[in-house]
Amino acid sequence: MKLKVISGICFLLFVLIVSCQSDESIEFKRYYSAGAIVYQGHCQNCHGTNGEGLSALIPPLTDTAYIKENLKSLACNIKYGLKGKINIAGKSFDDAMPAEADLTPIEIAQAITYITNSFGNKQGTVTVDQVNEDLIKCGN
Amino acid sequence: MRKLTGVIVLVLLFGACKTNTTKNTLPIYGQRTAVTKTVNGQQVTDTDYQTIPAFKFVNQYGDSTGSKDLEGKIYVADFFFTSCPSICPIMQRNMLNVYNEFKNTPDFKIISFTIDPKHDTVPVLKNYADKLGISGNSWWLMLGARDSVYNLAAKSYLVAVSEDSTVAGGYMHQGYFVLIDKQKRVRGSYDGTDMKQVNQLIDDIKTLQAEPAPTAQ
Repeated sequence: MKLKVISGICFLLFVLIVSCQSDESIEFKRYYSAGAIVYQGHCQNCHGTNGEGLSALIPPLTDTAYIKENLKSLACNIKYGLKGKINIAGKSFDDAMPAEADLTPIEIAQAITYITNSFGNKQGTVTVDQVNEDLIKCGN
Repeated sequence: MRKLTGVIVLVLLFGACKTNTTKNTLPIYGQRTAVTKTVNGQQVTDTDYQTIPAFKFVNQYGDSTGSKDLEGKIYVADFFFTSCPSICPIMQRNMLNVYNEFKNTPDFKIISFTIDPKHDTVPVLKNYADKLGISGNSWWLMLGARDSVYNLAAKSYLVAVSEDSTVAGGYMHQGYFVLIDKQKRVRGSYDGTDMKQVNQLIDDIKTLQAEPAPTAQ
């Protein structure tokens, strides 16, 4: 009897954990697959299908250390564009990135989730709440 | 019966030859006119094909360059501007493949005309070329008067370009790579944003290179 109860509780716990995980991974997959489409429409022409960039004109998105350090600035960079010199993958880039002012916070979150989990990056889900928080810093 | 087999074999052979030759010849685009000339006292009707007219612009090194430097050369032309946010980067990425394939070929060039002469001065073009990673004289970025460039695009290279304040970057243009042969005729037009078509362009350049020189008239 005792054994049955314990194994029953264990089973319930197991189900709970599994379902929690899959909730999270469903959220991630939603962001990621929607982000792939935002990326194709707004980023891919310049940054490339594989995030490879273009010579010394357009930086690649494959510098995992840069992506990790600047995770919180990405939303502002996308929404308002980026000017000035940056160092990525051992090269310096100083051409302006145009603003994608028309993108909504949810689209930006999807794009960031896609970028930061592709091309060798692995940063997990960046939610719309995080993006809204990040955008306050550069909001005019 | 044996005769019939022979005929069938002959027909098949002829058919095979024919498909081969059409596959290896590129079409000639543009308008053509029939001209009647008198050669050695005899009336001969010949075809005049549309050709790229003479032009003289400046390249990224500040050198005066133009159609004279392209005589007897196969080249690929396209239209771009350095601050272009839309299709240019993907075109340049694909054109770099063409450049890398043929940069050491003496009778080949790439000519990219800027459609934003106000912004794209010689130093801007040189800076862009350096950053793109191109050097030497196999890829020229050409700067010319706005109207001459737009005219060449529309009437000769058959590519639509225009100033348009409603599109990102301020200029509307098609992303075609136009293949020109040694006789200044348009032999192909490829979507520069489509890697498959650009690979076809690379193949077609090789076909053109293998084309026999025209006989002197």
